[in-house]
Amino acid sequence: MENTLLVIVLAPLIAAILAGIFGRWIGRVGAHTVTILGVAIACGLSILTLKQLVTGEVQNYYGNVYTWLVSDGVQMNVGFMVDRLTAMMMVVVTFVSLCVHVYTIGYMAEDPGYQRFFSYISLFTFSMLMLVMSNNFMQLFFGWEAVGVVSYLLIGFWYTRPTAIFANLKAFLVNRVGDFGFVLGIAAVLYYTGSLDYKEVFATAHHAFAAKSLEIVPGYAWDAITVTCLLLFVGAMGKSAQMPLHVWLPDSMEGPTPISALIHAATMVTAGIFMVARMSPLFEMSETALNTVLIIGSCTAFFMGLLGLVNNDIKRVVAYSTLSQLGYMTVALGVSAYAGAVFHLMTHAFFKALLFLAAGSVIMGMHHEQDMRKMGNLKKYMPVTYLTCLIGSLALIGFPGTSGFFSKDALIEAVHESHLPAAGFAYFCVLTGVFITAFYSFRLVFMTFHGKERFDTSEAGHAHGARAVAAKHDDHSHGHDDRSHDHAHDHAHDSHGHHGGVPHESPWVVTLPLVLLAIPSVFIGWFTIGPMLFGDYFGSAIYVEEAHNVLGELAHEFHGSAAFVEHGVTQVPFFLAMSGVFFAWLFYVKMTDVPGKIANICSPLYKLFENKYFFDDAYFAVFAKGSRNLGQALWKVGDSVFIDGLLVNGSARAVGWFAGVIRGIQTGRLYSYAFTMIIGLAAMLYFFVLKH
Amino acid sequence: MTDWPILSVLIWLPIAVGAVLLALGERAVAAGRWIALLGSLATFALSLPLWTGFDLTTATMQFVEHREWINAFNASYHLGVDGFAMPLVVLTTFITPFVVLAGWTAIENKQTQYYAAFLILEGLMVGVFAALDALLFYVFWEAMLIPMFIIIGIWGGPRRVYATIKFFLYTFLGSVFMLVALIYMYLKSGSFEIAAFQGMTLTLDEQILIFIAFLLAFAVKVPMWPVHTWLPDAHVEAPTGGSVILAAIMLKMGGYGFLRFSLPIAPDASRELDWLMISLSLIAVVYIGFVALVQQDMKKLIAYSSIAHMGFVTLGSFLMWDIVRATGSTQGAAMGLDGAMVQMISHGLISGAMFLGVGVMYDRVHSREISAYGGVVNKMPIFAAFFVLFSMANSGLPATSGFVGEFLVILAAFRADFWYAFLAAMTLILGAAYTLWLVKRVIFGNVTNDHVAHVEDVNSREFIMMAILAVAVLALGLWPAPLLEVMKPSVEHLVQHVMTSKLPLPL
Repeated sequence: MENTLLVIVLAPLIAAILAGIFGRWIGRVGAHTVTILGVAIACGLSILTLKQLVTGEVQNYYGNVYTWLVSDGVQMNVGFMVDRLTAMMMVVVTFVSLCVHVYTIGYMAEDPGYQRFFSYISLFTFSMLMLVMSNNFMQLFFGWEAVGVVSYLLIGFWYTRPTAIFANLKAFLVNRVGDFGFVLGIAAVLYYTGSLDYKEVFATAHHAFAAKSLEIVPGYAWDAITVTCLLLFVGAMGKSAQMPLHVWLPDSMEGPTPISALIHAATMVTAGIFMVARMSPLFEMSETALNTVLIIGSCTAFFMGLLGLVNNDIKRVVAYSTLSQLGYMTVALGVSAYAGAVFHLMTHAFFKALLFLAAGSVIMGMHHEQDMRKMGNLKKYMPVTYLTCLIGSLALIGFPGTSGFFSKDALIEAVHESHLPAAGFAYFCVLTGVFITAFYSFRLVFMTFHGKERFDTSEAGHAHGARAVAAKHDDHSHGHDDRSHDHAHDHAHDSHGHHGGVPHESPWVVTLPLVLLAIPSVFIGWFTIGPMLFGDYFGSAIYVEEAHNVLGELAHEFHGSAAFVEHGVTQVPFFLAMSGVFFAWLFYVKMTDVPGKIANICSPLYKLFENKYFFDDAYFAVFAKGSRNLGQALWKVGDSVFIDGLLVNGSARAVGWFAGVIRGIQTGRLYSYAFTMIIGLAAMLYFFVLKH
Repeated sequence: MTDWPILSVLIWLPIAVGAVLLALGERAVAAGRWIALLGSLATFALSLPLWTGFDLTTATMQFVEHREWINAFNASYHLGVDGFAMPLVVLTTFITPFVVLAGWTAIENKQTQYYAAFLILEGLMVGVFAALDALLFYVFWEAMLIPMFIIIGIWGGPRRVYATIKFFLYTFLGSVFMLVALIYMYLKSGSFEIAAFQGMTLTLDEQILIFIAFLLAFAVKVPMWPVHTWLPDAHVEAPTGGSVILAAIMLKMGGYGFLRFSLPIAPDASRELDWLMISLSLIAVVYIGFVALVQQDMKKLIAYSSIAHMGFVTLGSFLMWDIVRATGSTQGAAMGLDGAMVQMISHGLISGAMFLGVGVMYDRVHSREISAYGGVVNKMPIFAAFFVLFSMANSGLPATSGFVGEFLVILAAFRADFWYAFLAAMTLILGAAYTLWLVKRVIFGNVTNDHVAHVEDVNSREFIMMAILAVAVLALGLWPAPLLEVMKPSVEHLVQHVMTSKLPLPL
């Protein structure tokens, strides 16, 4: 099995190297052929691995490939642990990646960085696989950081755009704040368990952490396990964009749309969720940590969803929806429904990737227009995109029968079952979140695909409006100039710019992935909810304490997918979702002047939402400006004035002054020496003679 | 083990080549750089048997050479390497060819002398790492200042005089105290053998004075806060090659000095003063990290980043007592030392590469100001790829060498105190902030001015330099095990030695 696993990770890596370093020689077709082949191999073998694990042909794999280093008796390895949790993640990652690879052929056609783009997304696939397949914390951290770097490179893919290179730096640094906590968490794990290998850590955790405490602030002893879990969770908050480390994700939309689908919706941002699920044996030991996770997740689910209500940029609406859904997954983790979180992760990966790719298709069809206010009635021009986007939205709002319905309804029920102190708050958040989700999702659908055609069909005047809207979110946007856009969007004009502003359906390489993703978005929940949530699909991969086992409670009431749907349509979430759709229809199709009026009436609230609760401004003022001011102060005052001015040049001056004094004595005049000698003689006489 | 005097060859071969170059002078302007390149490559090739023939099972000195030198002082020509010195010697011989290549076309004035200075410097630096006799060590240590002084003073920038004087006085002042300590121990033990110093019994007061004397010498070299201000000035004025040697090798001598002298000679004083060392190290990581953030000059920024990274070396070296105090066991002490050593080697590669990168840009645009750049990637895509890779390594990305040392030191620091690890881990944020902000302003964006608009991408000479360093940085990051294996016996021996008190037994 080890060879299969090696092929799975190395195929995308080799493809990435070929496309990246030899892209010039192998050309565009060569680059996409080799990377698609690499990912297809990985995807095929991942599916095979999953099938073998499910049918029991092979057992869970745990083994090392090589020893990274040995220090102080601690062995750190590069190796794989593949159980059903991992195998599911591998399939999701490689399948979505494959779809995105194919889609990219259409989306990035004519872009000057074509080979580079394929190299990056293959490299990303490799990094993500290393992350999920790891059998130890060191390699987990490697994958964790590697996906971060590729994300950095891809957000800044159009490196001449000031907004893009601002966004990628911001994304990397905010993620580094998370990693800062994560690396301390890893250090804590090593400290208490003496190992970084999952097997060893999970086996000894109960004993190793028992009754251990850590005095971070003298006098206040914290449970060691709570500190460890919270530190690890800080890492998850960075990568999975939980409040208050969420600020990078909306800005990451500066990257090309295929990577928004792959990295910032389906895979990388769910790494935090996966990590916590993987660490379930640790998190189960600390209710404090679980409560914290629950509160953070609830806040993210609720408050980030609200922001989706007011945004007009099609990609950013989907981005806020991603934030909110990540919050849902985190809530599930908090109530110990790890399987529910991973289940929602999987269904979300399909329908959210679908929504992003559909949004990308709309953007292409609209000649790189992202402002929904300038769209409308696109269903006439882009039927395939419309249908698939509709399917994705239905799944997102949890329409009965779709995959999102199963995962979201089960998740809400699980929160309802939980006995944690924060569960009440969480239940409120996830329930109201259902209405919010339905409203903004169908606001997007109605604004984009229904209603009046609001776009400008004349030759000129497209593209820049949306840029300006997107750029408004950026502190550095004032300096941007049109030149950069033209450069960045050359491909748009070249590839499909030979006509006026009339929208058009995208080519088959774009619509095929949409259809491929729409299939699991509809059906996967129906078939997998039984085994994944209520069966023993995950087996030993996820560990839940008996007292926290909310899914176990729910399992008693589960009588098959059909009954689950039947039950679902009588429940509150269903009505909330339907009313969300209804109000979206009312406001954005029927009475389109209402939203403006509401915005006027609630203008402070609207301002708050428009400015994203002022997180960005506050962070920029405190952290970006603050650290620069601190740096200036330390440099100018500490280094220049104090050390150099006072100590270094001060000593030099002191030596100079002292030398001056000495020089003053050595006048070179005979009479002054003679005079000094006489004085000296007199003094000595006084001491030696007269004193005695 | 080989039977030819490999360490002597590594010291005197480059010095001899340097002397030949000096003798040829202006007559060999064209051939000079080739002679220098071949000389440095030959030295590197000859240093490889050190690695391949190294015995991984012992902490004793290997490749030992012992000859009479100054009998009057009982000082001998005694050379040898252990797991600490050997990687540093190989690093020195590995980096020197890059320095020769870096000056290939950039140096137009007194070329032969320029190469001669670097080759002589190389021999002296190998001598510092290989010397087992304190007087011999001191001679190499001080002699090394001369070529560096000349390199900055002659081929440096406009403020080179201020920078050289500052560099010289700073380092010289520190070393004088070290000489006093060495003489004191010579008088007590009757020999200049470092091993004798390490084995000798000393009272706590003696140890503390000796420790402080060494600290003054080594802290300046590392450099540690607050005696670091010579480094940014020296880097800014030095030619590219000078910066590379300074950052890649000369700073390591401070870290090496702590491992070879301070810790084993004055273990009890080290235990008493570890709070000082740890505080200064953490200040280096955090304070200097913030200072690096606001630099306007690329070389200054990388210089400050070097200081912050060297903070991990001193932090890792002095964690062991707090680990013992906190946990009651030495578990983790060796990890700190491992981290310190790996960080030294890795920083040698990365800072060398970063300064080479700045040199490549400087050769084209003739400015070190960040604001003079922008959008370099548009004109130099291959260079940009390398520069981004090295920047990522500088910010400690896993799979590059920059991660390994920092990771080990943070893991070890957590055992000593949560807050040590907390402050040390700040480098994840700060290191990424100053390095990637530099990348954003220099590499990415639109081409901002005519200078950048007309630059050409790396030529094959520059490509080879960067590619080799990139491979080295990645190799060490992906598989650091061989390096740790080399160090293991020496590290364990040092922990054991240092944990044994040297105080005189009460009568």
